[in-house]
Amino acid sequence: MLSEIAFYGAVETGLIYGLVAFAIYISFRVLDFPDLTVDGSFPLGAAVAGVMIINGWNPWLATAGAIMAGMAAGAVTAILNVKLKILNLLASILTMLALYSINLRIMGRPNIALLNEETVLSPWYDLDLAYHQVPVLLFSIVAFVSLILLWRFMKSETGLAMRATGANARMARAQGIATGAMIILGVAVSNGLVGLAGALFAQSQGAADVTMGVGVIVVGLASLIGGEAVITPTTVWRALLACIVGAIIYRLAIAFALNADALGLKAQDLNLITAVLVTLAIVLPDARSSLVSKLTRKKA
Amino acid sequence: MAKRTLRTLIGASLLAAASLVHAQESRIVAITQIVEHPALDAVYQGVKDELAEEGYVEGKNLTIMYESAQGNSAIAAQIARKFIGENPDVIVAIATPSAQTVAAAAKNIPVVFSAVTDPVGAKLVNSLEVPGANITGVSDMLPIERHLDMLLRAVPNAKRIGTVYNPGEANAVSLVGLLENALKARGLTLVKAAATKTSEVLGAARSLVGKVDAIYLTTDNTVISAAEAVISVGERADIPVFAADTATVERGAVAALGFDYYSHGRQTGKMVVRILKGANTADMPVETMDTLDLFVNPAAAERMDITLPDEFIKEAKEVVKSNK
Repeated sequence: MLSEIAFYGAVETGLIYGLVAFAIYISFRVLDFPDLTVDGSFPLGAAVAGVMIINGWNPWLATAGAIMAGMAAGAVTAILNVKLKILNLLASILTMLALYSINLRIMGRPNIALLNEETVLSPWYDLDLAYHQVPVLLFSIVAFVSLILLWRFMKSETGLAMRATGANARMARAQGIATGAMIILGVAVSNGLVGLAGALFAQSQGAADVTMGVGVIVVGLASLIGGEAVITPTTVWRALLACIVGAIIYRLAIAFALNADALGLKAQDLNLITAVLVTLAIVLPDARSSLVSKLTRKKA
Repeated sequence: MAKRTLRTLIGASLLAAASLVHAQESRIVAITQIVEHPALDAVYQGVKDELAEEGYVEGKNLTIMYESAQGNSAIAAQIARKFIGENPDVIVAIATPSAQTVAAAAKNIPVVFSAVTDPVGAKLVNSLEVPGANITGVSDMLPIERHLDMLLRAVPNAKRIGTVYNPGEANAVSLVGLLENALKARGLTLVKAAATKTSEVLGAARSLVGKVDAIYLTTDNTVISAAEAVISVGERADIPVFAADTATVERGAVAALGFDYYSHGRQTGKMVVRILKGANTADMPVETMDTLDLFVNPAAAERMDITLPDEFIKEAKEVVKSNK
């Protein structure tokens, strides 16, 4: 069965992708803005943090730099949509495309190795914990702090204005909300979270690689929908919790698939499994939350 | 009395059988590969075949765990964790990203990397001679100088050499950097054309027409996947195309000097066997490919309108007769 190290590894990756699920929650759910920028802002965060770290910056400052870079990328996507009136999906695809070249420019090469560099994890290894438990501890703290901050933000006046923008833009405008600014802020925050995830992933995996953004959007979406199937997102708090839980469940499912030799499953079947899981989560009647049913209605 | 002798006999033979089983105790080799690709698959096959030839037979005294990450780095990370949790005798990591994720997490298990061009730059080892920790392997660094010697013997008047490469591929970028320096040292120029995916290779190759006297392709995964595109441009514009790996000669390149990923895998397998027999990774320097056999495709040369010197063809270990 699942070894302890594989289990902790799945939780660690799940916590990082929980941040991505937060981001997808903000863009897809709160703002109703299908945002594919994340496939580019994930390696962007890794690239910025990687370059800063090998140039001797404090790893936390480097991680903060990654968040800012992610936010800038998100802002570009939103401005393309809001100011230049480009369809939101297309705007995000354009930014994602541009980020590939930008990431290569930032790194100067396709891969920056961070093995043996000072990372946010380094001081934590002195704790009296097993090597594979350390990232789980640190990333739990990061995910929890992000969750609290996001929750508080969503309940603030700005957060409410943002939710109103996504729910009914026309009504929000009638109430005097600057919906364009809300979209720009929301997509920026969303991609800032993805930049953070990319930075943490690069530091725990020992390298920033220009190809590491492939499929981030799908995994984030699968985590979000999976989480909503387990925790009905009736409140913002539950919705955010569902993101983390969903991301960890998704990673555990992969860990089991890697171990399910008896079932004949292999890593190459994961894309199919993901598609099936997401489909099931959407159609299973018990799992149908209000948000999930909204999604089904739209498809119909 | 007879019964007792019989019992002793059975007991003794059981003991002998048990010790025999013990001697053939099953070993575990875990292989992680970043993506399925002909070159990397050939490495995997080479490792398996070498192990089998050395008496490590899968299902008998060897368990091979094999996973591909589908090019997804998060899955590569989870594969690494899974393997470390299973505590195998050796982990083989094919290609740079897989090797880095394993190196980040495996602290005590011997790791052998393969198909990594620049293991020092990738921070896998401290130096090629003294790898340092629990990790060593085989680098697919090409003997660029030898390859250029070969190319210039076939096309002595070439002044401008073109190459197509993927700027997003770590291995390719370091090779192109070396190629550029090597050419500069000989007073020649390198003309680069970038292709970030296989569908862009044709356009990149076309952009070289009129600017180069010959094309040399490194072991860039993206470009080699679409080598036919470059070869067709070479045939139409009469630009000879040379390759770093011999498999591409069979697909219509003029010539290559000895590199192929299957042998690379066999060499990786040899290192794995040494570790299984008790060698310590710390005492094993990083190896590079040592075979340098010339593969020539005269028909391809004719299509690209060059005449190869006779002794060049005579030297070839293998003359490919492609009728493509």
